[in-house]
Amino acid sequence: MKNAVGREIPDFLLENGKEVYQGKNYMDGKYLQKAAPKTRRYEKPQESKIVESLADALRQCGAKSGMTFSFHHHLRDGDFVVNMVMKAAIEELGLEDLTIAASSLGSAHDPIADYIEQGKVIGIQTSGIRGRMGEVVSKGKLKTRAIIRSHGGRPRAIEAGEVHIDIAFIAAPTSDCVGNCRGIGGKSNCGSMGYAMTDAKYADHVVVVTDCLVDFPNMPASVEAIDVDAVVVVDSIGNPKKIASAAARISQNPRDLMMAEDVAKVIASTPYFKDGFSFQTGVGGPSLAANLFLEKYMDERNIKMGWAIGGICGPMVEMLKKGKVGKVIDVQDFDLDAVNSINQTPNHFEMSASQYANPANKGAFVNKLDFVVLAALEIDTGFNVNVLTGSDGILRGAPGGHPDTAAGSKCCIIVTPLIRGRMATVCEHVVTVTTPGDCVDVLVTDYGIAVNPLRPDLIECLDNAGIKHVPIEELKEKAYSMVGRPDDLQWEDEVVAVLEARDGTILDVIRKIKPYSLEND
Amino acid sequence: MEILKPAMAGTLESSDAQVMVEPGEDGIELTLESSVMNQYGRQIKATVLETLERLGVENARVAVVDKGALDCTIKARVECAVFRSCGKSSADIPWGGAVR
Repeated sequence: MKNAVGREIPDFLLENGKEVYQGKNYMDGKYLQKAAPKTRRYEKPQESKIVESLADALRQCGAKSGMTFSFHHHLRDGDFVVNMVMKAAIEELGLEDLTIAASSLGSAHDPIADYIEQGKVIGIQTSGIRGRMGEVVSKGKLKTRAIIRSHGGRPRAIEAGEVHIDIAFIAAPTSDCVGNCRGIGGKSNCGSMGYAMTDAKYADHVVVVTDCLVDFPNMPASVEAIDVDAVVVVDSIGNPKKIASAAARISQNPRDLMMAEDVAKVIASTPYFKDGFSFQTGVGGPSLAANLFLEKYMDERNIKMGWAIGGICGPMVEMLKKGKVGKVIDVQDFDLDAVNSINQTPNHFEMSASQYANPANKGAFVNKLDFVVLAALEIDTGFNVNVLTGSDGILRGAPGGHPDTAAGSKCCIIVTPLIRGRMATVCEHVVTVTTPGDCVDVLVTDYGIAVNPLRPDLIECLDNAGIKHVPIEELKEKAYSMVGRPDDLQWEDEVVAVLEARDGTILDVIRKIKPYSLEND
Repeated sequence: MEILKPAMAGTLESSDAQVMVEPGEDGIELTLESSVMNQYGRQIKATVLETLERLGVENARVAVVDKGALDCTIKARVECAVFRSCGKSSADIPWGGAVR
């Protein structure tokens, strides 16, 4: 069946009430029965929950083959915990048929690709999938279809019981002996632990893995001891150098700066740009640089930003400290400046992934966003964006909060160069639709700006401000005139991954890639 | 044009292509690697073969490692490798002729 973004979704996926994507806000007003975990009572006072090893923790939580383990990705590419836990489960306990439900996975988790090939890991549910794991899944080596969700879609699915977590593993920079965790104060600090919060509340068992044990009580806790079964102390939960980069620098690339300036111009032309406006930006070159130019317009009009959300990095903390933004609410930190600021700088708060972006709760932060500035691997003439699959059709990205912030915000701006190497960023059809075009409002490239025809109000704003814009088809043709028209990718029929829209409907599928041969044509 | 000795042009930088030509006996023997193979492999192959034909190269072993170069770059790298292989200097390159 074709869905609202024109993607053919095979009928065999539409079972147990699963529907195809119907458009933005389709689920609005419907009721959801939340799933509750089955948790163990610890009535007798415990001095400590510390166990000797991960294997002991797994045994204590009744780990067995076929279970689903959850992880969160605040340690980013520095994470050791996923590999460590899976190794203990598979090599020490001999478990099989395991499913990993992670908020995201990266190339730090390449070793998991081996477990997939050996058939020990049979399911992957994640936002990001990259490196060797992306390759083996794209080649159809995973026994079940992977499920890709946005950062808001994930807590929705957990709360709805669509993914039931048997054991959640919390990578904790600090924990006390009973499992109160924080993202700061240790040697592998990550700041916010927002993506782990729903896991801890909805998992049957929760295991905290830390490399820095601190005195009880570790407060204010991001994950609370009331949800924790066991605490394991290991030598190291991650490589600090890869967890938080040194301060995110604002790009000096003139092309990025030119695009960033245009983004700020577009923002300043809309009626939402007024005192107290809200904002989220990515940390990519031009997205982050937009901060700089936005500040100029804010000064000019003597207005301040009310609040900012998202993955947070130094430049936003800087604006908070200068009093240019009222509050920063933070689900993840990207650099040391942000890590060292959360819960320390006044008005820099932590939030859960559900509070950030879940479309099925009663009002996530994204729903109050005025502007979001995002990047894209590809955007097509229907304004559909791909941030998941590469030009070779292989999984190597993550929807992250992209679809959530695009859908919730009043004005979603995509900023991207028109071509990257030989790849046309603006194209006829994206490989995979990760953010539907009905959520995307403006495209800023180095060769011009295009506004989604669904937003005549924004077209008027740009016209009134004298900002030149063109139909998106023109940008696509410009790109193809430089790089040539790409051939269509060749796929097998087999579906290797299902991409859920944030509301749980099916937005797109990723099929097994056909090995490319020049002799085929 | 006859390929007299092995020669190379281009780099492995992003958006460039490295082209190596060697003498061959039985037509054009092309091997191609590309970071954009799935979408542009066919076009890159066509561009390389057209360029060789335009230069009158009939027998050669040609290896192209493409890093997402545009067609104009691929043409220029192929031309350069071919001219180097037959010892042409800037004076005897057919500007405006086979090289346009």
